Amino acid sequence: MKSALLYRYMPRYSTKVMDHFTNPRNVGVIEDADAVGRERNPACGDTMTLYLKIRDGIIVDARFQTLGCTASIAVSSVTTELVKGKSLEEARMIDRHCLGDAVDGLPPGKTHAGVLVADALKAALGDYKTRAAPDTA
Amino acid sequence: MKDYIYLDHAATTPVDPRVVEAMLPYFTERFGNPSGVYTLSQSSHGAMEEARETVADVLGCSPGEVIFTGGASEADNAAIKGGAFAMRREGNHLITSAIEHHAVLHSCQALDDYGFETTYLDVDAAGLISPEDAAEAVTDRTVLVTIMLANNEVGTIEPVADISRAVKERAWALGRDIIVHTDAAQAGGVLDLNVDRLEVDMLTLAAHKFYGPKGVGILYIRDGTPFTPQQHGGSQEKNRRAGTENIPLIVGAAEALRLAVEEQGTNNEHCTSLRDRLIDGLVGRVEGAYLNGHRTLRLPNNANFCFDGVAGESVLLGLDMEGIAASSGSACTSGSMDPSHVLTAMGVSAERAVGSLRLTVGKSNDGEEIDKVLEVLPRIIQRLREVSGAAQPVG
Repeated sequence: MKSALLYRYMPRYSTKVMDHFTNPRNVGVIEDADAVGRERNPACGDTMTLYLKIRDGIIVDARFQTLGCTASIAVSSVTTELVKGKSLEEARMIDRHCLGDAVDGLPPGKTHAGVLVADALKAALGDYKTRAAPDTA
Repeated sequence: MKDYIYLDHAATTPVDPRVVEAMLPYFTERFGNPSGVYTLSQSSHGAMEEARETVADVLGCSPGEVIFTGGASEADNAAIKGGAFAMRREGNHLITSAIEHHAVLHSCQALDDYGFETTYLDVDAAGLISPEDAAEAVTDRTVLVTIMLANNEVGTIEPVADISRAVKERAWALGRDIIVHTDAAQAGGVLDLNVDRLEVDMLTLAAHKFYGPKGVGILYIRDGTPFTPQQHGGSQEKNRRAGTENIPLIVGAAEALRLAVEEQGTNNEHCTSLRDRLIDGLVGRVEGAYLNGHRTLRLPNNANFCFDGVAGESVLLGLDMEGIAASSGSACTSGSMDPSHVLTAMGVSAERAVGSLRLTVGKSNDGEEIDKVLEVLPRIIQRLREVSGAAQPVG
């Protein structure tokens, strides 16, 4: 890394955040997604869309699109890795604290990134339930 | 090439080595308290008064009208609160603009608790304040008007002299006098600071914006202007600002201002050309890139943009990883969750303000550095747009 500034004077973000910001995993859209969750933080304008592919109650694929700060992008990315292979029950347990831990912590003032992504995940799981409702009713 | 490219000169500037040189003796050998009667003290006192004369020459005022403070925020606080309190028997109304620095906005707000009220003037899409609007806001309770000379975020230069004339004429028509203050923190060593041509009663400067040290500001107070000191103690600065004078910083501030004014023509020309290279290289070339502020009535060093489909904070990190230091008025960067009050006042939507980026050049930047930014920045934006989905049609 070229920047002397960032690492010497601005150790604000964990290495994991910087890794996921620099090389975000699972960016993009799942065209035939089984669930989509879209959240926007009205205050700062950060927006996330999470796409899930679900088979037999297990999340088999996850992709995201996020317009946001470094933290929002990194947490979005780490979340797609985190939920893959998890059951819907397990995914429902993931909250903003889990997501903060998953990137080795967020600096003060950046915890909203965890809220945004946790809400998008919740919205996606809600969307799946709504789509499934006519069949299961 | 340096190990990083510094493009945040509106935030602060490096101290010019010649300024450091001028300051050094006053830390160690000539350290005397200027209030003393012995020779060592008189040497400090002399240096301080010489500094005051240097500043007075630039402002076109008498040395007695110049006060040294601990920075521009202190100078703004002293001017606004000191002017308002001194005039409290004449009225309780202040006028400022919606795009002032927080040192001004929060000083005005703090006066709410003491029975004052403030009108915040709107600006147009380029960030300009209208003298007519300012005059119309004057009432028979108005005591003080404070309008910045140039905006720190978008660089728009305000018609301070026209505004001052308009509000004073309106006040005189109402049979009263008012104080006009300008926060010129961004304009030091860049724009004309002659207080008679600006037609102001008070003016604020910060040395660290023109290659001087941090922690020292300048407050001009025209003779005869009502002023209630905001800092009490000894009789320093003719009872207007108590506290032992910070001689090395005062000497540094004056030397920095002298050099900046002496080299103003060259530096402005240099910065303007780099600024325009940035603007021309981004607006019209990068899709969804917009210039904020006025195209011509802007500080020579300031280029401020919004980019669709990205967040300014991510762009800053991306730039920093390439060794480029810049700044953004977007939420998330200031610690506050709100978008820039300046962009909001100019009618920039919250969605667009998210993607704001400020690049402010300085005398040590060169064309090669600007070309590096023009090569790197579009790539960063493209990459972030791929992450946000803005690079493709958003469903």
